[in-house]
Amino acid sequence: MAVLRKPARAASGRERALSLAMVAPSLVVFALFIFWPLVRTFQLSTTGQDLFGRPDRQVGLANFRGVFSDPQFGQVLEVTAGYVLLTVIPSILLSLVLALLLQHPLRGLRILRSAFAMPFAYSVAAASVVFAALFNPAIGIANYLVTSLGFGPVDWLTKPGTALLSIAITTVWMSVGYNMLVLLAGVGGVDEQLYEAARLDGAGTWRIARSITVPLITPSLFFLVVVDTIASLQSFGQIRVLTRGGPTGHTTTLVYWIYHTAFENGASDYGTGSAQAIVLLAVVIVITALQFGVLERKVFYR
Amino acid sequence: MTTTDRVAAPRASRTETRAPAPSRARRRPSAGRLARVLALLVVALLVLFPIYYTVVGSLMGPSDIASAPPALFPHSLTLGNYRGVFRAVPLGRQYLNSTVVALLITLAQLVCAVLSAYAFVFLALPFRRTLFAVFLLTLMVPWESIVIPNYLFMADHSLRNSYLALILPFLAGGFGTFLLRQSFRTFPPELRDAATLDGASHGRFLLTILLPLSRPALASVGIFVFLSAWNQFLWPLLITDSPNMQTLQIGLASLNDAEQANPGLILAGVTLALLPTAALVAFGQRFLVRGLTAGAVR
Repeated sequence: MAVLRKPARAASGRERALSLAMVAPSLVVFALFIFWPLVRTFQLSTTGQDLFGRPDRQVGLANFRGVFSDPQFGQVLEVTAGYVLLTVIPSILLSLVLALLLQHPLRGLRILRSAFAMPFAYSVAAASVVFAALFNPAIGIANYLVTSLGFGPVDWLTKPGTALLSIAITTVWMSVGYNMLVLLAGVGGVDEQLYEAARLDGAGTWRIARSITVPLITPSLFFLVVVDTIASLQSFGQIRVLTRGGPTGHTTTLVYWIYHTAFENGASDYGTGSAQAIVLLAVVIVITALQFGVLERKVFYR
Repeated sequence: MTTTDRVAAPRASRTETRAPAPSRARRRPSAGRLARVLALLVVALLVLFPIYYTVVGSLMGPSDIASAPPALFPHSLTLGNYRGVFRAVPLGRQYLNSTVVALLITLAQLVCAVLSAYAFVFLALPFRRTLFAVFLLTLMVPWESIVIPNYLFMADHSLRNSYLALILPFLAGGFGTFLLRQSFRTFPPELRDAATLDGASHGRFLLTILLPLSRPALASVGIFVFLSAWNQFLWPLLITDSPNMQTLQIGLASLNDAEQANPGLILAGVTLALLPTAALVAFGQRFLVRGLTAGAVR
């Protein structure tokens, strides 16, 4: 083994070799299961296939033309955008309220924080099957609530108007734990003296939250907008468990569309699926770049 | 990026030491305070109800949980759902599958992350910037966009329905390296110099000094990787179709498809699947927050 040396001294060839050997395991895994598949996705997107789904010929951009001219394409983009808006904004607002409520000392707070973090322990499958039961039209709590308020029962997961909303509610609930923990960490970093000064100036709880806490945690909020948007664009499990993309495509997001084209019911159209996957990749890149370009300027970095 | 750890440390201690007593004494119960407690209760009900429903529902008999309108409180408690769920799906086997897969992925990612983060921070790694960009890039490629070639790779090598297929693509991850690199960079140089003067080799420094002192960061990475491995859905759904090779998560989804009329059974499965992750979120929260905010504060 090489002996530790001060950074000032020139590195030996042995140390360089050792360091490369140490990053090698990760690089091999990345190359095999991320970078090569990325290249393959581009290759497959220009490939046609035989009846068994085996790639057999070059088709140029035909798969992309197929995707863009598919009558479902517009609906998929609409559903994806609607789903992102219905999940990211409510989830961040709800967890912001929670974080603001939980930031000040209150009896039993530690336990409450742990309890509110608990949705984070739920896997997408676990949360989805629980909400499937809650949204059950006959015996679910959701309809129990709705009917006790005097409305008629709702077919939450099978009606075009409510299916996406129901999935969004499930997702918001799942993400509240994570978002609240991030925001609480941000809130905990605000200098206590600022609060003291504001109180001396006669500012109330609401004013302090609006004028001190929220502006100071904009880095955390920005982080959540980016991370939640990407996670939302990648949502799959809740759609598969709750609606399978239905009714008639009303919950088919980009990711579910890829699954539907390439895998669902033995579809195995890998060429078109890969073209759709590249659309997904492009959407994620463009939205992330936009968020960094537009939103980050409003972020207050200390 | 490098300041995270330094910022995080005093932050944590500040929350710990902030004494609740004086501020409570200063403020008399006011309308605002009452409104806050009330708001907290309403949000608590919304957020906590599904958790209550999961646990209590799993202990309810069919006459309580599968009735209309549903019972919010059990008339009697039963363990029947827990017995039934093992008959409905091979839950024991699926529990084993999830445990083996998640533990092996966690262990492998920890080893890979420690090795690469060490090379980034303590060694004269050639092409350091390029390599780091490569590691970051892995975090930005959505798995869903490269899942088709990965699936075809496994199918072509007859690896479907195998532990190998469930584990291989996740043996390394950029996140662990990223977080450990940040942690290693804040390692006190004096301690490193002392080890150098003692003639410690890289291996000895890593194993006897660096790793023991980096336990919190290792715990963050370990908990995060375990949670995401345990909770995976799309990949195991694609790569397994034999119930005995499926993970718990896929078992829950099939349970949901097969036992719609029997929510108690499904909720018993959910409760069992939640045990390890709920324990991690409850007891590992300190480490979780550190991992969560690794990218939030730069």
